[in-house]
Amino acid sequence: MKVVLEHLTKRFPSRNRKEKEDVIAVNDFHFEIPDGQLVALLGPSGCGKSTTLNLICGLQKPSDGKIFFGETDVTNLPPESRGVGLVFQNYALYPHLTVEQNIMFPLGNLKGKDKLSKEEMKAKALEAAKVVQIDQLMERKPSELSGGQQQRVAIARALVKRPRVLLLDEPLSNLDARLRLQTREEIRRIQRETLITTVFVTHDQDEAMSISDMIVVMEAGVVQQIGKPQSVYDDPVNLFVAKFLGTPAINVFDGTVKNEKLIIGDDTVLDTPGVPDQDVSVGIRPEGFWVDDNGAFKCDVQAVEVMGRDVSIVSTHAGSQSEKIRSIISTEFKMNHDLKQVRFTLKPGKVHIFNKTTGERIRF
Amino acid sequence: MESQVELSKIEQSAIRRKKIQNFFVYLLLTFWALMVLFPFYWMVLSSLKSYSAYSSEYVPKFYTLAPTIQNYIDVFTTVSLGRYLLNTLIFTLITTGVMLIVTILAAYAFARIEFLGRDFMFMIFLALMMIPNELVIITNFVTITTLGMRNTFTGLILPSITSVFYIYLLRENFAQVPDELYYAAKVDGTSDLKYLFRVMVPICKPTIITITILKVIECWNSYVWPRLITDNSLYFLVSNGIQEIRENGLGRENIPAMMAAVVVISIPLVVLFLLFHKKIMEGVSRGGTKG
Repeated sequence: MKVVLEHLTKRFPSRNRKEKEDVIAVNDFHFEIPDGQLVALLGPSGCGKSTTLNLICGLQKPSDGKIFFGETDVTNLPPESRGVGLVFQNYALYPHLTVEQNIMFPLGNLKGKDKLSKEEMKAKALEAAKVVQIDQLMERKPSELSGGQQQRVAIARALVKRPRVLLLDEPLSNLDARLRLQTREEIRRIQRETLITTVFVTHDQDEAMSISDMIVVMEAGVVQQIGKPQSVYDDPVNLFVAKFLGTPAINVFDGTVKNEKLIIGDDTVLDTPGVPDQDVSVGIRPEGFWVDDNGAFKCDVQAVEVMGRDVSIVSTHAGSQSEKIRSIISTEFKMNHDLKQVRFTLKPGKVHIFNKTTGERIRF
Repeated sequence: MESQVELSKIEQSAIRRKKIQNFFVYLLLTFWALMVLFPFYWMVLSSLKSYSAYSSEYVPKFYTLAPTIQNYIDVFTTVSLGRYLLNTLIFTLITTGVMLIVTILAAYAFARIEFLGRDFMFMIFLALMMIPNELVIITNFVTITTLGMRNTFTGLILPSITSVFYIYLLRENFAQVPDELYYAAKVDGTSDLKYLFRVMVPICKPTIITITILKVIECWNSYVWPRLITDNSLYFLVSNGIQEIRENGLGRENIPAMMAAVVVISIPLVVLFLLFHKKIMEGVSRGGTKG
């Protein structure tokens, strides 16, 4: 089931009496989620990603715009008629019911010809539990489960009705680091197995990049960029997206373009054909540096951190917007660790320049 | 080795100190328990003395050599205590039942349902707690009398089916249930009523049990209102019954018979307390000062 969001806008009345202007949580969101894909809504907190999720599931009504599931307009349908499964950040399991009763709960609301017998409900609950591999725990109460197991119960409860769309709100935030890795693969596997169109909200770019087919980067209610994780990473449309994606984060410098050459500080580092002369912000990915004794980009070394797989050089440069520059160098290059100054050449594909004021990408 | 000996010495003196400490603690507790239990003993004792024996004791004795159950027979024959017990049971069950429904629905509305002026209404509602009961009784009396409900169960029950305090207590408990549970239920198509009775009520069961028990005790012990609103002995509650026995004495108050009635009346409450004492304690600490 594809999900179409048509110019979706959500305004909340302002609580501040002095400023009568409405708060716009989601601004003109226009996007079609293809059938059977896993899509991540990614952004810092307060960017409107959870509101978008609530709009899709129907807990909130959009101020403007329409939502389609397939060809049907569901904009004014209540949540229960939409056929969505929703998993909350804190799982929202019913504490007084067993795992089995929790999973069966949504089935108990079916009416008329859809009404199921107790046996059918049990069978369906078991089926859903098997998908998330908790069928051994059916008699336990939620308080007797670990965080990861509770998460699975919540997913099973969302899956049991065979929803057309599965929505996950920060599904991994309450788990510890190791479990988070495991569970995100699990979510990927479940999504692949069931082929249910899935939207999940996260502020963690690692999470979003690693398992989704598409990511939607949002800021302040406005969609910044939509695309496959790799292409968004490689080809950010603006400085915000470039900064938000990638760990370690992209290094940002103040620079100038003069005579189609990019200058950072006093170093002329790269050719930028076709770019008119102007001041720019320059983003260089940590992996965009080559150590080269004849390189044009001179940095003062602060520390060299050995990671095993690669080496990370922490250095400073006058043109940098942040205190430190982090560059990741392959260990195949034999580094002299006592180095005071290091010279880099830059990989052109890893350097992006942005308009100084708007932050828009300037392509070259 | 020397240090070993010293250690065992320290250990022994610590044990001795602990024992002495315990002795005093238990002594104090025993004394206190006797103080508290004495009135009960006095009640049971008096109820076992005959009216004449009781009246002839110029200084009441702490024991009796001729216990009698005549008083117990009397309270069921000279006045119809059985009838009053039944009345009280009906009154308590219906009042508590209706009160529970009203309280649960009201608390849910104040905690969960969004409507215009909800918080303002709740504030006004809470302000009602500040009005002393005695004031309300007068207006209630006028209302019930005007409605012609004196000497009816409706008149007895109606003013007691709401309790601002219990609604407040339950609302606070309902409000602690995370919102996500409600949204999850909504997405699954659960109606508000089903959500209330399948999710909220089971989760808040301890509070609801507490409220129930407190209300039962309150009903069982109620005196002023039933006394005001009934003058027909068909509708007397046990508390009125005791009053009636008191007035039945020959010139002097028939204390032994009264005490026998009190024992009979107390038994259900004592049983209730023994069955639910953990829950009651929980509820009292939850409810803070009131209850």
